[in-house]
Amino acid sequence: MSHYNFAFLDEQTKRMIRRAILKAVAIPGYQVPFGSREMPLSYGWGTGGVQVTASVIGPDDVLKVIDQGADDTTNAVSIRRFFERTTRVRTTTRTDTATLIQTRHRIPETPLAEGQIVVFQVPIPEPLRWLEPRETETRKMHALEEYGVMHVRLYEDITRHGHVETAYDYPVLVNGRYIMRPSPIPKFDNPKLDRSPALLLFGAGREKRIYAVPPFTAVRSLDFEDHPFAIERWDQTCALCGAADVFMDEIVVDDKGGRMFVCSDTDFCERRRGR
Amino acid sequence: MYVAVKGGERAIANAHRLLAEERRGDRSVAELSLAQIDQQLGLAVDRVMIEGSLYDRELAALAIKQARGDLIEAIFLARAYRTTLHRFGASRPIDTDGMAIRRRVSATFKDIPGGQILGATFDYTHRLLDFGLAGADADGAKAPSNPAEPGAAAGAESGGDLAALGGRLPRVIEILDRDGLIEPEEPDSDRRAVGDLTREPVEFPAARDVRLQSLARADEGFTLALGYATQRGYGRNHPFAGEIRVGEVEVEIVPEELGFPISIGEITVTECQMVNQFKGSATAPPQFTRGYGLVFGHAERKAMTMALVDRALRCRELGETPASPAQDEEFVLYHGDNVEASGFVQHLKLPHHVDFQSELVLIRTLRSEAEARAR
Amino acid sequence: MDADRPLLRARGVTRYYGARIGCRDVGLDLWPGEVLGIVGESGSGKTTLLGCLCGRLAPSGGTVEFTQRDGIVVDIPTLPEPALRKLARTDWGVVHQNPRDGLRLGVSAGANVGERLMALGARHYGRIRQTAADWLGRVEIDRGRIDDWPETFSSGMQQRLQIARTLVTEPRLVFMDEPTGGLDVSVQARLLDLLRRLVTDLGLAAVIVTHDLAVTRLLAHRLLVMRGGEAVEWGLTDQVLDDPQHPYTQLLVSSVLHP
Repeated sequence: MSHYNFAFLDEQTKRMIRRAILKAVAIPGYQVPFGSREMPLSYGWGTGGVQVTASVIGPDDVLKVIDQGADDTTNAVSIRRFFERTTRVRTTTRTDTATLIQTRHRIPETPLAEGQIVVFQVPIPEPLRWLEPRETETRKMHALEEYGVMHVRLYEDITRHGHVETAYDYPVLVNGRYIMRPSPIPKFDNPKLDRSPALLLFGAGREKRIYAVPPFTAVRSLDFEDHPFAIERWDQTCALCGAADVFMDEIVVDDKGGRMFVCSDTDFCERRRGR
Repeated sequence: MYVAVKGGERAIANAHRLLAEERRGDRSVAELSLAQIDQQLGLAVDRVMIEGSLYDRELAALAIKQARGDLIEAIFLARAYRTTLHRFGASRPIDTDGMAIRRRVSATFKDIPGGQILGATFDYTHRLLDFGLAGADADGAKAPSNPAEPGAAAGAESGGDLAALGGRLPRVIEILDRDGLIEPEEPDSDRRAVGDLTREPVEFPAARDVRLQSLARADEGFTLALGYATQRGYGRNHPFAGEIRVGEVEVEIVPEELGFPISIGEITVTECQMVNQFKGSATAPPQFTRGYGLVFGHAERKAMTMALVDRALRCRELGETPASPAQDEEFVLYHGDNVEASGFVQHLKLPHHVDFQSELVLIRTLRSEAEARAR
Repeated sequence: MDADRPLLRARGVTRYYGARIGCRDVGLDLWPGEVLGIVGESGSGKTTLLGCLCGRLAPSGGTVEFTQRDGIVVDIPTLPEPALRKLARTDWGVVHQNPRDGLRLGVSAGANVGERLMALGARHYGRIRQTAADWLGRVEIDRGRIDDWPETFSSGMQQRLQIARTLVTEPRLVFMDEPTGGLDVSVQARLLDLLRRLVTDLGLAAVIVTHDLAVTRLLAHRLLVMRGGEAVEWGLTDQVLDDPQHPYTQLLVSSVLHP
């Protein structure tokens, strides 16, 4: 990898992406178009997150990469190795010592701290896409705060099922202005977005959008006053460390339908078990 | 006692090793060389250059070898490599008027100045599998029964003295243009710089330069299906193949230090100009309209379908009501990129068990509530 | 709010289609709480005029001034799109001839009626639902159908649903294009009755385009007669219909079948 630049991207590209990130931070929740580059990883597999991380990472950073909450899932391994090869930056599995965390589909259970940056991998950035396939139209709707349709969707869900049907990638209102998709994190993780001390960056490579939630910004999951937003609950606790009130993976243990539940966040679980 | 699954790192390393073995295949079979791929699978190399947006036959051949013949995977390799290349400028527009013609045909007139030059084409072959090619020694075993006559290599079908035309074949479209029968193709006077969709994200409505770029690098199957659809009535625009040219053109740049153009090499391109449904208005008499396709290498199907879809996407500026997917700019520009498409489709193989767990929790809740109501 | 300013004032509205005249040099005033009928046969230019008034079409010439709630007067043809869209969501309503053009077909009747409320910030499911149910009652749709999809409604019911969806936020000005077009005669009569009551109850101002004089007789205070793109006669509805001055109006009036 010696003839590639630090973190693979050339400096011009990093500058372009940083400008997009700054604009995103200045307008919380607003999707900033950016000139997404082709990366050695497939579109849809985290190129947006990788480009954001590559643009902000420095030699003194400590990087953690997770997918589904675990450091050892295949794509997390692949992305971590990519950064190891292109930056030689120190990597870790510990949430508490990481300065930069790239994640797919989870926010760590360990509370984040000021000074940390979390980079989310986003497949579809546009919350209004379910209603309107046209980009020209959705941009206008955001500009004019034409968000009535989002609540129409929630209304319909409650009418049909008694509950909102969305379990992950649950839409939120950021800083009282823009409606945003938090990426396919389970709604269980949505409360962690609200007034988080960390800087939250969102990268969609294929769709070519970057957005951000600056530290201590209000993030509110959409709901109705009489049908307030609620997160998932399990009756079980983690079979390995005993934690309750965490997001759990369901493991099928035999062919008779036997199941057990363990923490999805592997670092959190290990820390509790004193490893 | 359940132990959390580990070893993802090792599994990936092993998977890569196994892939390398399968790529090489049976070691008693000779290894493919890049020259063999370039020479004998030349049209595959062309496709990788076109959709990879990278003119380099050797790199494209390498990509095809590494990708085991999966052309979309090879295109991905080419694109990823392209990202790392330093961009030091843009060439002057290539001059296809002055192309060193290898093949040139027109369906609009029977005979044209310079003649219909068939060149090397599959068009009039009978699609019968030639088992003579099956042996490794097809060259020696089978001499051509009618060796090509010297000077007839181009397979010119009709007259026209190339020398008399000064080596430059005039444009068929010019015949129409001279009489004002076809809309003129002129650069906009209020021109901003040419867009580059590999540098900036596309904004809608998109201008023609960006649309053409998108079509040039779009998946051939995609443009083929859309072009075919227009012919079958999904946005019909009555196309005629005005001219299709295949040959070599010079690439020139103007280095700052010199201030004059220098040639940096030669590339092969295929160009297609379609003549389409004429349009008139209350104030202007009717003229034929145009569709345009231009690709690297020898790729007529791609150039032709590109021209068909280009014309379909011009519906807005020509005052036509868009009615079919081929006329829907956002649909065409968003879904033609096979590297993006392939990535997103295949990302479904990535772990999704956390989101699935959320769905399970919800569906179990809904079902138990439904059960409770039923009782 | 300036008592001397009409809600809507159009002057010299002209629109060409190539060399053909859509409408030419039309002017009108509309005051709060007033219903103006624009009548003519097909090709008279009435739909073109309506398009120019509500910003859907760009006129070739003329002005269309609307007085907003805050008293500021805006010229519709030159208004930037964001402002126009905002107006369409707040101060204005549009009732389309074909109700399917004015409804969201993929969601329930209740959601259709509730949408404008939610767009304006309503966040209590129960109250939104209650308001939607009340409005269904007002337009004489069985409240039990609040969760049904508009596809399952008859065209008369769809039209009434569209009206409920549009009027739920009590816009100051409503544009209607052949609101009873395509409906059976008896259904039409019922709908007209409903519209008349709603207009009076809510004090709506409305511009109604129609070819049907009976509609104007029942709903409109004043009338504008269009022919060949031009306004040939205007005035109080009863006056124009009972004592038409222009030969074309006389022709229109006399050709209405009397039972």
